[in-house]
Amino acid sequence: MMKPMESAAFAAAGNSADDADLLLLRFGEFMLKGKNRARFEKRILRHVKEMLIPYPKVQLTKDFGRIYVELNGEPAKELLGALINVFGIASISPVKVAKSELENILEVSARFLKVIAPAPGTTFKVNARRVWKDFPHGSLEMNKLVSTPLLQGYPGLIVDMNTPQLELRVEIRQAQTYIFCENISAVGGFPLGTNGKAMLLLSGGIDSPVAGWSSMRRGLEVECIHFYSYPYTSELARQKVIDLTRVLSRYAGVIKLHLVPFTEVQTSFTGIGQDNLIITLMRRAMLRIATSLAEKEGALALVTGESLGQVASQTLPSMNVIGRATLLPLLRPLVMMDKSDIVELSKKIETYDLSILPYEDCCTLFVPKSPSTNPNLRIIDKIEATLPNYSSLLSAAVALTETLEITPYGNERPESEAGSEERMKEEWF
Amino acid sequence: MLYWDYAAAAPPYDEVMETMEQIMKLHYANPSSLHRAGTEAGKLISRAREVCAGVLSVRPDEIFFTSGATESNNLAIKGAALQYAGRGRHIITTNLEHPSVYESCLQLQKMGWEITFIQPDHTGTIDPLLLAAAIRRDTVLVSVMHVNNEVGTVQPLQAIGRIIKEINPRTLFHIDGVQGFGTFETSLREWGADLYSLSPHKIRGPRGVGILYVRQGITLFPLLSGGSHEGGVRAGTENVAAIVASAKALRMTNERRKDVVARILPLRNRLLQFINTVPELTVNSGDYGAPHIVHFSYPGMKGEVMARKLEELGMVVSTRSACSSKHSEPSRVLLAMGKDAATAEGGIRISFGDAHTLKDVEALEQAILKAVKDLKPAEGGRK
Repeated sequence: MMKPMESAAFAAAGNSADDADLLLLRFGEFMLKGKNRARFEKRILRHVKEMLIPYPKVQLTKDFGRIYVELNGEPAKELLGALINVFGIASISPVKVAKSELENILEVSARFLKVIAPAPGTTFKVNARRVWKDFPHGSLEMNKLVSTPLLQGYPGLIVDMNTPQLELRVEIRQAQTYIFCENISAVGGFPLGTNGKAMLLLSGGIDSPVAGWSSMRRGLEVECIHFYSYPYTSELARQKVIDLTRVLSRYAGVIKLHLVPFTEVQTSFTGIGQDNLIITLMRRAMLRIATSLAEKEGALALVTGESLGQVASQTLPSMNVIGRATLLPLLRPLVMMDKSDIVELSKKIETYDLSILPYEDCCTLFVPKSPSTNPNLRIIDKIEATLPNYSSLLSAAVALTETLEITPYGNERPESEAGSEERMKEEWF
Repeated sequence: MLYWDYAAAAPPYDEVMETMEQIMKLHYANPSSLHRAGTEAGKLISRAREVCAGVLSVRPDEIFFTSGATESNNLAIKGAALQYAGRGRHIITTNLEHPSVYESCLQLQKMGWEITFIQPDHTGTIDPLLLAAAIRRDTVLVSVMHVNNEVGTVQPLQAIGRIIKEINPRTLFHIDGVQGFGTFETSLREWGADLYSLSPHKIRGPRGVGILYVRQGITLFPLLSGGSHEGGVRAGTENVAAIVASAKALRMTNERRKDVVARILPLRNRLLQFINTVPELTVNSGDYGAPHIVHFSYPGMKGEVMARKLEELGMVVSTRSACSSKHSEPSRVLLAMGKDAATAEGGIRISFGDAHTLKDVEALEQAILKAVKDLKPAEGGRK
């Protein structure tokens, strides 16, 4: 099986990971959510388990507000790279485990510090916490007991009780003692799918995958909708969207992708002699189709990658006219972001390289020379009312939509290719 | 005729040939073409990549297809050297390597690179500590084979990989896995491999295609320029049929590995014991070598003479690796293991495949006995 992402996404420092025995995962803001907490925690545990499928030796233990991931020899840095992307996890500490006996704690602390190899002049403090009250030495006493030999071993360290650069934390529990110093920030947000479901309009550009990821981070389950215009758009453009969804699925486990045949709808707009309004009409048709699909799938919102002012359809007047085509909440996670920040984020979540592949998508087709930045709602309504068979074109598109379930590892093929089974046989491999 | 040269080339599985035939018939389109037939061919390659990645437990985008293991080795070594020349100009390899690795390193040496050739011990094993001592700040690459193609010695890859990364994490580790895959478990992650070459035709797949694993994050300087095939690393229209058939051979061999080894290991051990009882012969393979290779010498007797005699008796064997068997100099590998010239000139390699039976081995033993009796070593050759 394929490894999950060793994500460059939120590259961690992780110096102390080299020698870690376990990873300590801390939950994020949802911890405040009273009655729902159990459900949230369960969700997060499931997500963590999914990310760890390729590492059969690890063992998980859940504790209040935390998950312990015992490595048992699996590569800490790789796991760190994967887990840092699990929504709902606020931070991760690579931990060295000692027996809850003073001697062993001192020994392991010394070894731990050796791995970290702090530069001379580093400010330092030990922060011991005695969770297990039967341990013979108190927290304050432990601070001294642990730090004294360390300071003797590293004369370059300077004690600083207020804002140390290196804080060695020693957490004494009955079963074992955890020793760690790094607190690596993870992606945070809400556990996957704990805030309901939305439909994401996925074009194949840079913005929409980022919008999808941002929604998922807020606990939204996302299903993707892609509009394609074969033969104006190619097989490759379609594959690109499948691949993009696959990248997103690394953060979600599995994502549904709805592929909507849009050619008929799109070409019906070209005959009306109002080229500058085509984009507006097209976007409205997309929202309508997406709304139908949302109803079918039980989703309560639409998500788009729109960002204010980027293109003609994303001016405020355009967004107003386009948005009227649906009654569902239209979520636009990127609406106030600068393009450069969006690009940055798409690189981090690893969709950028796919997004910039140069295939035609349906939004780059039939693009008028000067699309209207200030469409008139009344005129648009009127055009749509006079379009022959408009609503049946839309419902045909919905009816002909194919749905794929994309996973990070999968090799799913669209139903439309089921007929070409003859031409690609699994027994060949 | 009994065929004992699997380490040079193994007969393709029937299923592999069927796959080849069907795909050549149906999918002749160029996978880079934009039409549907082209994209379909392209999808076959992607699927093949996924299958290979699955077998090796790596990511599909870490699998590259080449024209053979020779190209994979060349690309791994020269591609890494040219790409990372900024890190230094030092490479470590061993005296045991296949010519495609050895000669690539010599080529780089001519271009001003410094190459350290690690000397094996008398069994043909590389001591990781010896290798450790050679690693420097400017060591760009270490290339060590998994299983030696002449005598079958297995290298301690995990220890080597660990030591490399401990001393210089920026040094890349290339493994020539050609003779190891199919008889040993492949654990690229545990070995710390950055680059790993495979040859499908050694594992009953098609010729003319090779596999190279390139760990994510590593860039190789392309040796062939042209189109943007294989992520721009290896230009050239893909051989769709051979690539798909390779994936199949890889998967099949991997699935059958344990059974095959369980069956041929006793045969190999038996043959080794037998050769040990023939006073004229000396065994060059170690006791813990690969289960599919037995190498012995008739000191003083040219290997090729012995091979011809055995062929007369119905046994197809080779004198060392096929890639060097046309040279008449003594084997570089055997010399490196400290064998004398008479032994190094007289090597015979028997390599097993999954079809061999006890009866075959018995027949081979009789043939070897007869060959030894019929042949007399040249004057002064024997000690």
